[in-house]
Order: sequence, then structure tokens, then C-alpha cells
Amino acid sequence: MSILIGALTMGLILALLSLGVFISFRIFNFPDITTEGSITLGASISAAMIVTGYDPWIATLAALAGGFLAGALTGIIHTRFAVNGLLSGILVMTALYSINLHVMGKSNVPLMSDRAIITGIEDFGKSLFSISGDVSLLGSTVPAKDVFILGSVFFIVVTFGFLLYLFLKTDMGTAMRATGNNQQMIRALGVNTNVMIILGLAISNALIALSGAVLAQYQGFSDVQMGIGMLVLGLASVIIGEALISDKSLGYLIAGAIGGSLIFRLLVAMALRIGLNPNDLKLITAVFVFIALVLPTVLKKYKKRGVQSKC
Amino acid sequence: MLEINSISKTFNADTVSEVKSLNEVSCTIEAESFVVLVGTNGSGKSTLLNAIAGNFFPDQGTIVLDGVDLTRMPEHKRAKHIGRVFQNPFSGTAPEMTIAENLALATKRGQLRGLGWALPHIITGEFRERVRPLGMELEDRLDNPIGKLSGGQRQALTLLMATWIKPKLLLLDEHTAALDPKTAIKVVRLTEEIVNRERLTTLMVTHSMQQAVNLGTRILMMHKGRIVHDFKGQEKQRLKAADLLALFDEIRKKEQIDPAAAEMINQLYV
Repeated sequence: MSILIGALTMGLILALLSLGVFISFRIFNFPDITTEGSITLGASISAAMIVTGYDPWIATLAALAGGFLAGALTGIIHTRFAVNGLLSGILVMTALYSINLHVMGKSNVPLMSDRAIITGIEDFGKSLFSISGDVSLLGSTVPAKDVFILGSVFFIVVTFGFLLYLFLKTDMGTAMRATGNNQQMIRALGVNTNVMIILGLAISNALIALSGAVLAQYQGFSDVQMGIGMLVLGLASVIIGEALISDKSLGYLIAGAIGGSLIFRLLVAMALRIGLNPNDLKLITAVFVFIALVLPTVLKKYKKRGVQSKC
Repeated sequence: MLEINSISKTFNADTVSEVKSLNEVSCTIEAESFVVLVGTNGSGKSTLLNAIAGNFFPDQGTIVLDGVDLTRMPEHKRAKHIGRVFQNPFSGTAPEMTIAENLALATKRGQLRGLGWALPHIITGEFRERVRPLGMELEDRLDNPIGKLSGGQRQALTLLMATWIKPKLLLLDEHTAALDPKTAIKVVRLTEEIVNRERLTTLMVTHSMQQAVNLGTRILMMHKGRIVHDFKGQEKQRLKAADLLALFDEIRKKEQIDPAAAEMINQLYV
């Protein structure tokens, strides 16, 4: 049971990442590798600030702002200087590696004894329900704090998912979606597409950095290497999410990105439990995303062939 | 009123593929006039339209619309004054978004887009009212993605979107060229209706001579980056498609003769 709760919590924290990836990958149609730098940036900023004594909430907000700036920078390099989108992301990601080292002062910052939002949530939960120690859940006993953490992370993710949904339904958000869909059309309707791309990538990376900040506080450390493979992981979640839903409208897509992250984490937890070598995790994730990207084209080809052979 | 003062544009300047697309083009388009632009392939008619729309800045010259200098204004800012329909029916709409969302985008053409709800409930009624006259039964499908519609339907909606807020200038770039003949006629009829009702200043590029003589109040013919003929008033009314074709032939013949004549002179005197 506690493995399940752990997987779900992790899935929800990384759902913030997949919401961010959803914006760059599905709205603007390009995989933004800034992700790998900005998730670490979020973790680094929050960890470094918490260690130096800042309030964990303020540290988390600062992480969000850091991610926003990182994404904006990628957007500016891409639009104002006409650098290929993927390359812009690579530049910022590489630069962020050094920045993250500077922010932390070393390659790893442990948070063991420091008050983070996670412990804050624990205390709040305990005082709210006036329980401590273990609770009984679906017939098994689990530490109460784990349940509180899961509940609060769920609340955070749903809040941000809903805010994102609301934003994308506003005049500005609709223009942003149109920018990803048909730049020529929306420019002819008076929208500065450069601004839309910069803002969109900023929001995307703000969510990703937030995910990193919560992740660092949940696992109790920030590490300069933690971003590696995070983009592919986010892509996997978004793709799983799309496979889950039949209705491709915006609300379902956002819910799908969150659900996709949860399912992906559950699959990983199961695979590890039946003896998967953790070292192979990124390989398998990459293969999975590859198959998911290629499968539709392959299926189409086979369908066409089928039609031709009938003729 | 649109004033174009001797604009020029050379693409790929100083390379082997140098193309002088616009060569000191000047013309004045009166308010509420419907001007049809014709010309051979590569004559610069689409380039002229794109220069006005702001796809690129001209090398020289000025473009002034109702007293506003557009010459160095970025494309998205010009959109406040200009409505556009493209040749490709896929260019004017966002395929993955619904009809209603596309229309909502058009209702804010050239305005600041803030955090207001893009699709308030009140507006869908208005959408239905203005989509119904298209006669395409789209008013009950406002929640469908626009990408599922046919080219003609998308072009009709693009036309509606370009004129949702009355533009100071409507630019139509061969907007029926990619449609089947029957749909093209429908879209042309719709164009006429909207332009006449809203009394729009319109500049339309077309390949169809029939369209050129049937529509509008004035015909400009372009060749090699210049305006070579200008028909208006009575003259335009009397013009027939055959006359235009004859003019094209004449231009073509002149071109064929010139190099040959040059060759002859060369042989005789050198």
C-alpha cells in the first residue's frame, strides 16, 4: 500500500512536469528540452533557499519564477534570434547546468532536517484531523503523513491543471493555442506570435520548475543531474494521457496529461517490483516514447496497404 | 484610401536567383472601391498584396492606408486595419480549434487580448446569426473542429472572420483558386455580398479573367513587377474576359519578339 501511495505521489508531482511538457509539445508542437534544465533549476532554487532559511513556500514560488525566466529565455532565443526551437532549448539547458551548480554551490543539496512545504503539510494535516502516526486505508496501515502528502500534492496539481485550463480558454490563451496551430492565420488576426511563444514557454517551464521544487522537497534533496531524461518522461506521460481519452478537447487533454503521469509512475513501480533493473528505466522510457511516436504512421501505412491489396 | 508610392522589392538581391518582384509600383485605391489585380505568373501581384499585408518590408517606397503609414509596421499590427483571405483554404483558420473558437479569435482582430473569457455564452448566439447566412449549415456545428470542414466551408468562414470587424482594407489572395468550380462560385457570390453590404475597400488577386470582369470596379494588370494597365469606370464595365486574354497575349508576344529582334540586330551589325 505504501508503495502505491509513493508511486501516486511521485506521479502527481511529475504531473506538473507533464502539464509543462503538454504546453510546449502539444500546443507549440516542439519538444522543449529546456525542461531538463528547468526542473533542476526549480529543485536547486528551492533547496538552496530552504537551506539558507527562507520560508519553503517562498522558496517554491521563487523556483516557479526561475522556471518562468528560463522558459522565456528559450522563447526569446527562438523567436527574436530565429534559432531553431530545439537548439534554443539545448543552449538554455546547457547554460542552466552551470547556473544550477552556482545556485546550489555544489552538485547536491540534502534537505533532511529542514522544514519544507512537505513537513508543513504534514503538520497541517495532523492538526486538522488531530491524528498522528498511522491510519488505516483500504485494510492496510499506512503512515498518516504519506496520505496527507498525497492529498496535498493532489490539491496542488488539480489547482494548477485547472488554472492552466482556464488560462487556455481566455482570449490570450486561445490566441496562444492558435499560434501553435496556425501562425499565419493568427498573425493576420493581429497577434504577435513571438510574444505568445515566449509567454507559453515561460509558463511551461514555470510549471516544470514547480514540479522540480516539490520533487526536491519530497525526496529530500536536489541534485544537479536530476533533470536527465525528464523531457522524455514528460512526453511519455502526455502520450499515455492522449491514448486514455477519446475526446481530444482541451479539458480532457489536460486531465489526460495528469492521468498519464500517474499511470506511468504506477507502471514503473510495478516494473521495479517485479525486478526491473532501475538502470534500464530511461532506456525503456525512450523506447516506449519512440514506439508511441512511430506507431500511428506505421499503422496508417498498413491500413493503406490493406486498401490497395483489396483493389 | 490606400496610397502606394513607388514601392520596390528585390528578393535574393546580388545572387544568381535575384528577382525584382516589385519595380516602383505606385497606385491609389479609393475608399470603397473593389479593385481586381490580374497578371501572369511571377508578375508580382501576390507580392504586392503581401507587401501591403506586411509579410515583408519593401526596399523603398511607402504604403499609407487612410493616413496611417504602414510601411514599417509589423504584420500583426497592420491586422488591426486589414482583413485577409489566403489562397490556401487551410491558411486562414486554426484546424484543431472549433468553429466557435476561430470566430472568437476573429472578433478580437487587432485588439488587445487579455484574460477575458474567449467564448462567453452570449456570443455564441451572435455567431449562429452570422454563420447562418453562409447557407452551409455550419451554425449547428460551432463546436466542431474547423479542420473537419471542406475547403469551401473553411474559405467562407475565413472570409467571415476577416470581415467580422470591418477592416479598412480587405485583401483577397486568389481565395477561390484552390476550390472546385461550384464552391468557387459560391465563395465569389459571398465575397460580393459582404463587400457590397459593408462597402469594403477591397483588393483581390485572381487568375480567373471571368472573375476579374464580373467583379469589382477597377482592374489593374501587372507584369514583371509593374502595373501595365489600369481600367476603371465605363472602360472597366465594357471589358470582357476575351479582351484581357488578348492583352496577355500581346504582352507575351512583345516579350518573344524582343529577344529575337535583339538577336537579329546583333547579327546584322556586329
